[in-house]
Amino acid sequence: MNSLNMTTPLGKWLLLTLALFSLVTASPAHAGDLDLLNKHNCSSCHALTGPAPSTLAALWQRKGPDLFYAGNKYRQEWLETWLQNPKRIRPAGMFYMNHIKPGPKRNMVDTSSLSQHLQLNSSDAKSIAATLATLKENRSLIQNEKHDPKLSPGPLGEMMFDKIYGCMACHQIEPGFGGLSGPEVYTAGTRLKAEFMLSYIRSPQAWDTKVWMPNAHLPDNNIQKLVNYMINLSKKSYNE
Amino acid sequence: MNNCCFIIILIMTSLLQISSASAESAKDNYRTYCMQCHGMAGQGMGLNIQDMSVQPRDHTDTKAMSTRTDSELFKVIKEGGLAISKSSLMPPWADTLTDNEIDDLVKHLRKLCQCDNQTK
Ligand code: HEC
Ligand code: HEC
Repeated sequence: MNSLNMTTPLGKWLLLTLALFSLVTASPAHAGDLDLLNKHNCSSCHALTGPAPSTLAALWQRKGPDLFYAGNKYRQEWLETWLQNPKRIRPAGMFYMNHIKPGPKRNMVDTSSLSQHLQLNSSDAKSIAATLATLKENRSLIQNEKHDPKLSPGPLGEMMFDKIYGCMACHQIEPGFGGLSGPEVYTAGTRLKAEFMLSYIRSPQAWDTKVWMPNAHLPDNNIQKLVNYMINLSKKSYNE
Repeated sequence: MNNCCFIIILIMTSLLQISSASAESAKDNYRTYCMQCHGMAGQGMGLNIQDMSVQPRDHTDTKAMSTRTDSELFKVIKEGGLAISKSSLMPPWADTLTDNEIDDLVKHLRKLCQCDNQTK
């Protein structure tokens, strides 16, 4: 095969396209900001650039939650606190099938297969939380979300979350109560931005193509109520 | 080969890679989406069932499963339990699986229950 000659018009065009392409795909954070993340090898488990896994094989191998939209998802204060004192959020790990075993009445979490998250000192946690807050892919998914804190489900919140919409099948609404294949939601209100929750419930697949949370196709005011229910749960204190 | 052909081939192969978001096998889809509730052995003893008011179907139950037609099974996977007057705890998977993947899952269920639907 002839090697490409970069001085021909075609070659120049190709070079220009390549240059533009690398500009567009370059990571949004400044290189210096990412040094600390690199030092701790965060990217060995977390994707810092998109897209999310597009095949089941890739989904099963994902070692940690995607962080390339961390700035659109997490509350920065929470990131800073959690990184200094990480507590488990997903009772059955990243992909539940990698962490369960048969039991007498039902499949059980194999806790010996789950490991502790690395812990950061306060200054590293602070600067890493600030860096993560700059990772803002998928912005188009939340820019039109408007949280309405007034749409309260009142005493019907738990009934909506459990019986009517079946969310509790996969999510715990207090320690030890609820499903285990998804993240606990009794801390979601302190962990997540309300706009992210609204958007994620509207379409989990828009954020994470192959995720095992189904789209329940809920009308907006019920999504608002479910989010306000979760925010309320996070105001209680739980002695774990 | 001249440059022009090379570029065309390059573009064609990258397009192919993008469009080949291929269908997953029924076995892999069942493992990813169904086992969380229906269990590793398909017997309804999944990880999530402890606090459920209605227990998930045992897919190896030949008798119960043969009362369902293929189109009922298709409908309940795609639209959820409420679509066939069953529990809302069985969610709708329309946005997760393609119709072809759901067809394959129905066949997979028929293998698990070792049953055909009698009432076609
Ligand atoms: C060995 C793999 C591994 C490494 C290395 C790792 N993480 Fe994690 N991380 C995980 C897993 C697994 C979770 C999910 C924890 C859970 O659900 O309880 C997680 C969760 C998180 C979360 C909480 C977000 C969420 O939705 O659960 C943040 C923030 C985070 N990691 C940041 C970092 C940063 C920053 C680094 C580098 C300093 C790092 N991680 C290194 C595996 C890793
Ligand atoms: C079949 C299981 C399942 C059902 C049913 C389900 N979810 Fe989820 N949910 C998940 C999984 C899995 C995730 C993502 C896990 C991850 O990012 O690691 C998730 C994520 C979420 C998140 C983001 C939480 C976080 O910490 O990232 C919210 C909020 C949420 N679900 C709310 C709901 C609501 C409301 C319903 C009911 C309408 C619901 N879920 C039904 C499995 C489920």
